[in-house]
Amino acid sequence: MERIPILKIGNLLLVSIQVDLQDRTVITLEEDLAEKIVATGARGVVIDITALDIVDSFTGRMLATIASISRVLDAETVVVGMRPAVAITLVELGLSLEGIKTALDVERGMRLLSARA
Amino acid sequence: MAAEVFGNVVERCRAEEEELLGRWKEIVAESLRGRMTGVELDKELRDLLDALLSALAAGGGTDPGAEAYGEVRALLGELSRNRAHQGFSPRETAVAVFALKRALRDRIGDEPGFTPLTDLIDELGLITFEVYTRAREEVISNQAEQLLELATPVVKLWHGVVALPLVGTLDSARAQVVMEKLLQTLVDTGSEHAIIDITGVPAVDTQVAQHLLKTVVAARLMGADCIISGIRPQIAQTIVALGIEFGDIATKSTLADALMLAISRSGVDFGAEMAKRGL
Repeated sequence: MERIPILKIGNLLLVSIQVDLQDRTVITLEEDLAEKIVATGARGVVIDITALDIVDSFTGRMLATIASISRVLDAETVVVGMRPAVAITLVELGLSLEGIKTALDVERGMRLLSARA
Repeated sequence: MAAEVFGNVVERCRAEEEELLGRWKEIVAESLRGRMTGVELDKELRDLLDALLSALAAGGGTDPGAEAYGEVRALLGELSRNRAHQGFSPRETAVAVFALKRALRDRIGDEPGFTPLTDLIDELGLITFEVYTRAREEVISNQAEQLLELATPVVKLWHGVVALPLVGTLDSARAQVVMEKLLQTLVDTGSEHAIIDITGVPAVDTQVAQHLLKTVVAARLMGADCIISGIRPQIAQTIVALGIEFGDIATKSTLADALMLAISRSGVDFGAEMAKRGL
């Protein structure tokens, strides 16, 4: 089964989603991420979805869940690189991802988090 | 069969083709009032008559949708489209075809096959109408498309600040195009601030507001910040009367104010900057 790699950069974690998301992959990612945050004491999580061109309500919920998990573990989540088509779809689905921070690209996302750290 | 219906109309027409064509041209030329040259008209009508007679001789029958009339229909379509582009009315185009009936009556009105032939010509005349309408519709839909593209420029105002000056009524189709274009520009230019200026939007109803809100939320999802500017007093009143909530979306009355806000949000100290320049 595919596993999404979680990279540690300074006190941030970078999750770059490059594959089509299956339910199992997402659950594994949630578990891995929670463990990694605790193990590294990371203060922020950057989720890069530049490569994601199809989303559904499931994906939207996954982003919200990951953000919630991180918040409980005292790490802030930034979703970066959302494509216009993806953003429009999420809005049409009525998912505005309240409480999740967003940035245009990884660089800006990391700057946003380190400004708060 | 076709031969029985039309009798020996075809033979007589062929025999008198030149005279028939001359009379037809005469009648059509009257209605054209010199908007086409005689040579053009001659070629058009000659081709058409020739194709029609060939189709009749080939046993095309009374149905103009039959295979034998393929060439006649194609010629009629071309004629109709040309006339439409030259600015003729559909009536004038159809009259050109119906004129053939008058020409035929003058030459071979006594033939028993004359009546079914005129019925056929009526049908052919109607084809020109259909093609004419279709050609017009094509022109209209092309124009609508061009209008969509024309009316939605996204301009860069400052480093990291883009503006979308909206002009004209915002319907769903246009709002969609506008939204996609703005979001794509945000990605392409890496801008973190977008200003949607609605100075040129004549009226804001719940639907337009809905589209604006969706655009702002989508931009936020992508990590950009949207400001709505150019809200005229009447529009502000309408928005309140309709109970539309813009929530925490920044709204400004002029584009200048919105630009100032966007720039100061990107970290420039405007007060200090203005004081330095003595403004």
